[in-house]
Amino acid sequence: MLTLLFDGMAYGMLLFILSCGLAVTLGLMNFINLAHGAFAMAGGYVTVILTNRWGMPFLLTLPVAFLFTAAVGVLLERMFYRRMYDKSHLDQVLFSIGIVFVAVAGIDYVMGSQQQILNLPEFLRGRVSLLGVGIGIYRAFLVVVCGILAIALQLVLARTRFGSRLRASVDDARVARGVGIRVNTIFAVTFAVGSGLAGLGGALGAEILGLDPTFPLKFMVYFLIVVSVGGTSSMYGPLCASILLGIADVLGKYYVPTLGGFVIYIVLVAVLVLRPQGLFARAQ
Amino acid sequence: MLHSDVANSILRQRVSGILKKPARWTVLEIAFWVMAVIAWFLLPDQHLILTEIAGFAILALSLDLILGYAGIVSLGQAAMYGVGAYASGLFSIYVTGEPLSGLLVGALSGALVAFLTSFLLLRGGDLTRLMVTLGVAAVFAEIANQLTWLTGGADGLQGITIDPLFGVFEFDIFGHTACAYSLAVLFILVLLARLVVSSPFGYSLKAVRDNPLRASAVGIPVNPRLVAMYVLGGAYAGIAGALFTQTQQFISLDALSFQKSADGLMVLVIGGTGYLYGGIIGALVYELIQDALSSITPQYWQFWVGILLIAFVLIGREKPRNLVTGLSARVAELAGRASRSQTSKGRAP
Repeated sequence: MLTLLFDGMAYGMLLFILSCGLAVTLGLMNFINLAHGAFAMAGGYVTVILTNRWGMPFLLTLPVAFLFTAAVGVLLERMFYRRMYDKSHLDQVLFSIGIVFVAVAGIDYVMGSQQQILNLPEFLRGRVSLLGVGIGIYRAFLVVVCGILAIALQLVLARTRFGSRLRASVDDARVARGVGIRVNTIFAVTFAVGSGLAGLGGALGAEILGLDPTFPLKFMVYFLIVVSVGGTSSMYGPLCASILLGIADVLGKYYVPTLGGFVIYIVLVAVLVLRPQGLFARAQ
Repeated sequence: MLHSDVANSILRQRVSGILKKPARWTVLEIAFWVMAVIAWFLLPDQHLILTEIAGFAILALSLDLILGYAGIVSLGQAAMYGVGAYASGLFSIYVTGEPLSGLLVGALSGALVAFLTSFLLLRGGDLTRLMVTLGVAAVFAEIANQLTWLTGGADGLQGITIDPLFGVFEFDIFGHTACAYSLAVLFILVLLARLVVSSPFGYSLKAVRDNPLRASAVGIPVNPRLVAMYVLGGAYAGIAGALFTQTQQFISLDALSFQKSADGLMVLVIGGTGYLYGGIIGALVYELIQDALSSITPQYWQFWVGILLIAFVLIGREKPRNLVTGLSARVAELAGRASRSQTSKGRAP
């Protein structure tokens, strides 16, 4: 039971890393970016290629995956996304579905449609037993990394000058420009960091979630659920939502396998009906 | 004072005139349907594709009703489509293979699903609606996947046999009957949709779409209107699903997939929302593109569809609708001028 809880928590933390970039772009910038999973997939493939083909150490590939996807994010933001901020939600949905299709077919073309296997280094494999709880070392690693990231993100958003500028730009871009905040740059940086985090999440999650060209479609719903369930007031909302969903998913699949696939959707619909702005909504 | 009275009464007459009669058929519309009939006779080799286009068009039409006229953004049209498809398929297996009653079953089940889930849509904005519709469709897909004994699960529902239409026209493997049948269903549905959207009900919906707050202020019951339109859209999607089942005589879980919803949305926006023909034009264009691309790059045609979609949004997706409305206005103007010059000629001597 505790082992399951721990697995669920690790899974939830992973979901958080994958989705927290989206929490910023979708939640704060109010941009419906269904293509978020494509960035995650890019990060995953970077790590797989670097470790399996070039023999780079796994831990070293993580920052590379982050930087690579962040660069791609900045490029796309400057080229396309910037023009989509003011358009309707429907336009944003269509645009990002287009990106997903391109990414899926593109990866399929370059890498083939088979599932990629990530070779974890020796010290991250295996399980240890702690007070009767079986803990996968890699999962413990995930919990630690993701926990640190969550705290760091929340601190950046809530305490730093950049964070307050970002919040100001989001709330009222015009006034923010008026007081001398460089809104465009802030949005570009934020988008890059969001994409980079997605890439990092994809790299970390390749082992657990599996990595193949349909990744962006398969997990799109999960990312969106985390953000819409968690709300966008702070990073705690998505974090709690991720952990809740991760545990619900793991427990559901273990105890009621026939219901397994539903649990996450039922949680989603229930939360949205009861609290349309998410669990931890910002006061309107 | 007097002047404004006169203006008021003229305005009242015009408004009641608009509300009374359904919108008039334009030349372009008539030409379109004539062309559809001609296509059936002249292109017997293309009947399978025409059937597919008609199916896509109905799916997009259902989405147009709820997106273009009620302003509900949905990524879950596959829920109603798939339930309609499965319901009519099961109906044909266990009850009767009569096609028209199968369509009715599809429509009713689609409408029922829409009605039951419509209450989830009344709260929250665009994002919440997107998520809830997406989630609902995912739940139905999962249900169909689990109920293997009923739906065949991942293997799909097999053993569907459809009786001849009206007891006379057999569904042949070349799709001749299926094609005529689909086009006829599409025509009737467009006819019905025209009536609905040009009725006072349709106008009140447009008011809701454009400004819900103001609409409720002038006494339009916003939520019941949205529910009603969503249910109608659901019935249309159910019919689209049932038609698919009957013409393919097979259903798989694809009918409930996200891909299906995305296809419907894509088809609709390619043609433009909010004028009923958007879905049809979009279906035509989408099918032609898909056909051309998949013959060039069978495996990666989605790549190009994605590129097209991105380019399309960046250029502006209202372009096709403006093109069509502009064109039909020109044609109407020309026709009007021709008839006017004829009457003036008749009067002159």
